Amino acid sequence: MRLLIVEDDPVLSEGLVVGLGLSGFTVDAVATLTDAREALIHSEFSGMVLDIMLPDGLGTDLLAEMRAGGNMLPVLLLTARDQVRDRVAGLDKGADDYLGKPFDLDELAARIRAMLRRQGGRASPVLHWNGLELDPAAMTATRDGQPLRLSRREFAILHALAERPGRILSRAQLEERLYGWQEDVESNTVEVHIHHLRAKLGREVIETVRGLGYCMPVSGAKAG
Amino acid sequence: MSIRLRLILILTLATSAVWLSAALWINISTRAQVERVLDARLSEAANMVSSLMADRRIALNDAAAEATIALPSDGGYSRQLSCQIWSLQGDLLGASSGAPDARLSNNEGFATTQIDGEPWRVFTVINPDVGVRVMVGDRMEVRDRLVSDVVQGLLWPLAVIFPALALLIWVSVGRGLAPLAHLESALRQRKPDDLRPLPESRDPREIRPVRRALNSLFQRLEDVRRSERDFTAFAAHELKTPLAGLRTHAQIARMAADPAVRDRALAAIATSVDRTDRMVRQLLDLTAIDHDATSVERLDVAALLAEITQQAEDQAHAKQVRLLVEAEHLSPIYASRILVHSALRNLVENAIQHSPAGGVVGLIATCDGSSVTVLVRDQGPGIRPEDRDRVTDRFWRGPGREVHGSGLGLAIVAAAVQRMGGRLEVGEGTGGQEMAIILPLSEMS
Repeated sequence: MRLLIVEDDPVLSEGLVVGLGLSGFTVDAVATLTDAREALIHSEFSGMVLDIMLPDGLGTDLLAEMRAGGNMLPVLLLTARDQVRDRVAGLDKGADDYLGKPFDLDELAARIRAMLRRQGGRASPVLHWNGLELDPAAMTATRDGQPLRLSRREFAILHALAERPGRILSRAQLEERLYGWQEDVESNTVEVHIHHLRAKLGREVIETVRGLGYCMPVSGAKAG
Repeated sequence: MSIRLRLILILTLATSAVWLSAALWINISTRAQVERVLDARLSEAANMVSSLMADRRIALNDAAAEATIALPSDGGYSRQLSCQIWSLQGDLLGASSGAPDARLSNNEGFATTQIDGEPWRVFTVINPDVGVRVMVGDRMEVRDRLVSDVVQGLLWPLAVIFPALALLIWVSVGRGLAPLAHLESALRQRKPDDLRPLPESRDPREIRPVRRALNSLFQRLEDVRRSERDFTAFAAHELKTPLAGLRTHAQIARMAADPAVRDRALAAIATSVDRTDRMVRQLLDLTAIDHDATSVERLDVAALLAEITQQAEDQAHAKQVRLLVEAEHLSPIYASRILVHSALRNLVENAIQHSPAGGVVGLIATCDGSSVTVLVRDQGPGIRPEDRDRVTDRFWRGPGREVHGSGLGLAIVAAAVQRMGGRLEVGEGTGGQEMAIILPLSEMS
């Protein structure tokens, strides 16, 4: 799951990129509202972590602007201003969650997962599909109770597809979910990961939709 | 001394003084009147006796008795005048009853004499036709009593009224001062943090300016307090961000399996601690500048610059920035060491911070008749024209990502320079940034 971090403090920003990366997210970071707007236009994110006090304005202004424009991207406000009225104001501006600095990295990751889950309309954090279970918090997957050994990227691809079985994700969309801007993407990496996943889980788990991308078949409609 | 006591004293003393002078005046004028009236009576009586005798209508003894004119009988003044008739040869021819035996007077006209140890007022008229001296006199004591009775009659009621008057003054003063008491109790009942203006009320004209002055003081206090509160809140929030960075990196260091990731996190922690430390120092600097009460001393700017470049050497070295100082023939300045030091140090640190690696920061101090100018030039990206007004705002940071300071450095420089009556000049930001602080040689000039 790809996140956009908008935070101007370089040390904290780096900490978030690394820390959330360790929690299984793909993270991009920007330091200003201007850069954040650019990023939102050009890339697709599953969620955003937004600081309020930024050099070129207030994060809440960007938030209000996004909501006014119909952008329902889940946003977690991360800020030093954590008085009740600040939290209320932030949530009323359209934030999905709010966390005051300093925070616990695990709590931040858990809140982001919960936020993304709510966005997906799911109550349970664990994804189920035909005996396959994905736990995004622990980044573990099991099949019929048997643990699967998946790499971080394999898990991310499986997670992306399992979020909504039947939805087709293009290779570019999957790449977006997998890689931040700093990382170089080799042209066939998504195919390689899909290949590995099929080898571990069976061919029927991920379908190739010619010319469009990949999807997990809707529950029950087992392929092959 | 309370206003009430002071007013009462003043009023009482003034009233007493008026009364005393009134009493004195009444005493003097009454005495003069009494003397005049009674003297007129004496001469009238003597002349009457004399003329009666000249007509030979009455015998000597009768004449003397005739002169015993009774004074108004009330108040114990039914004393008689005494009359003596002497021959020109000096024989006592007749006397009124109750008249002393001793000769009343030896002079013609009015005389004041001592008879039996008592002072008398006597009028003597000589009648050469009959060959007698007619003397009519009365005791001075009677006159004195008359005067003192009149005066006392006037003063006694006043003496009785006086306590009542004093009480009245006391009460009136109290009532007159009631608005002050109101103000006092309103102020006393206030909680220390209540700086709302005093409510408009029907104050007397004298109280209104006081209330207005108090309200304006409250307003200024409130403003100062609000700005300090805002500043404190802001500062606390600003410290939370590096703390969040510290905590995040500490967690990363704990959970990262990759030693490279862990090392990076630990390095970030070290950086963050340094930055937080610097920010705390700057906050303290700013507080010191805002509340600086230290005395002015003679300062050698060149020596201060040397000291500051020495202190900034570590920071410069870490960025591979060279510091070049040029400061010669400077006049000493008279200013607060804390202010000058804070201004110069933050200016230098700011320049180093914005320098590219391997850059040069130049410090040139010059001096003219009235001021010392320290010019600092770095080779950084410079301040954008649209930001030039904001660089001295507290906690303002430029949008660049490369440098992340506290946003306080130039705010400190500006505040300190302003306190010293100098100024900070922010130059054009092309091809490096130039900034200059101009300090007056003496704060007085």
